[in-house]
Amino acid sequence: MSNGKDIYKAKCQNCHGENGEGLGQLAPPLTDSVFLKTNKNRLACFIKNGANESLMIHGKEYKEKMPAFPELADIDVAQVMVYITNSFGNKQGFVPYSQVSKHLQNCK
Amino acid sequence: MNKITAYLASSLLAVSIFTACKQERKLPFYGERHAETVRDAAGVEKIDTVYQTIPDWSFLNQDSVVTTSKATDGKVYIADFFFTSCTTICPTMHRNLATVFSEFKLNPDVMFVSHTIDFKYDKPSVLKKYAQKLGVDGSKWLFLYGSKDSVYTLAEKNYLVAVGEDSTAKDGYIHQGYLVLIDKDRHIRGAYDGTKEEQVEQLKKDIPVLLAEYNK
Repeated sequence: MSNGKDIYKAKCQNCHGENGEGLGQLAPPLTDSVFLKTNKNRLACFIKNGANESLMIHGKEYKEKMPAFPELADIDVAQVMVYITNSFGNKQGFVPYSQVSKHLQNCK
Repeated sequence: MNKITAYLASSLLAVSIFTACKQERKLPFYGERHAETVRDAAGVEKIDTVYQTIPDWSFLNQDSVVTTSKATDGKVYIADFFFTSCTTICPTMHRNLATVFSEFKLNPDVMFVSHTIDFKYDKPSVLKKYAQKLGVDGSKWLFLYGSKDSVYTLAEKNYLVAVGEDSTAKDGYIHQGYLVLIDKDRHIRGAYDGTKEEQVEQLKKDIPVLLAEYNK
C-alpha cells in the first residue's frame, strides 16, 4: 500500500486530491465505489493510458481528458490501483499483479 | 487596592503592546525600487521611494470581453499564471486558490486574476468552461487570454513569475506556481507557492493585513 500511496501522491493527487475528492467538474472523485467495481477491469487502462470519454461518477458527468502515464510499469499500476480501491472509503481488496498485467495487454 | 491598580495597569499595557504589534505588521514590497524626487501637496520637494508597479494591461476575459487593468482599480488582487490543460501543478494551485476565493468571495475589495500562458489553445471559451468546472462564476475571478508576448512579458518582467514554452515538458509549458498578492497601487506585496498549503494559508492571513492599510 505504501508504494501505491507514493505513486498516487506523485501522479494522481494533483487532480484527484489528497482524499480522492476530485476537483470540481474538472477531475472526478475516486470515491464512487460502485463505479470502481463496475469498471474494475478497465481501471488499469485508465491509469496507464488516460481516459478520453465521458464518465458518469456519483451521477455526474465528467468529460475532461485524463492524461496518460506511460512511464508507469505494470507493477506501479497494480500498486496505485490497490491503493485507490482500498482508500477513500473503498474496500475492494487485493488485485493480483498478473491480473493487472493481463488487463494492460488488452487495453482498447 | 494598589495591587488591583497595578494589575489593571499592567494588563492595559499588555493589551496596548499587543495591539501595537498587530497594527505594525506590514507586508513588504517586492521587486525593484528607486528613489525619485517628488513634490508634495504643499509644493515642497522631497525624496520618495518608487516601488515596482504592475503596468496597464488589456486582455480578453472568459466572456470574450476586453478587460483592462482598470478592472482591478481600488482592489487588492491575487494574480497567477496557469493553463487549462496543465496536469502538473495547476490543479493543485487552483484547488488551493479556490479556497482563498471562497473565503473572500463576499469582500468587494478583493479580486482574482489568472492569466493563461497557453496562447494556442486557451481561448476565452475554453477559459470559461474551465472556470465553470472549477466552480467559479462571475467577474470577481478573471481568467485572461492574451498574446504570448504580452502575457509572458507581464509574467516575467512585472509579476516576477517565470513562464515558458518547453517541448520537453509533459504538457508543453513550464511555469512557476506563485500566487502574487498585489495592492491597490499595483505594487507586489507577497508571493506564495500555490502548491503548498501552508503558504496559501499565509496568503489568507496576509490579505486582511494588506486591506487594513487602507482603513486608516
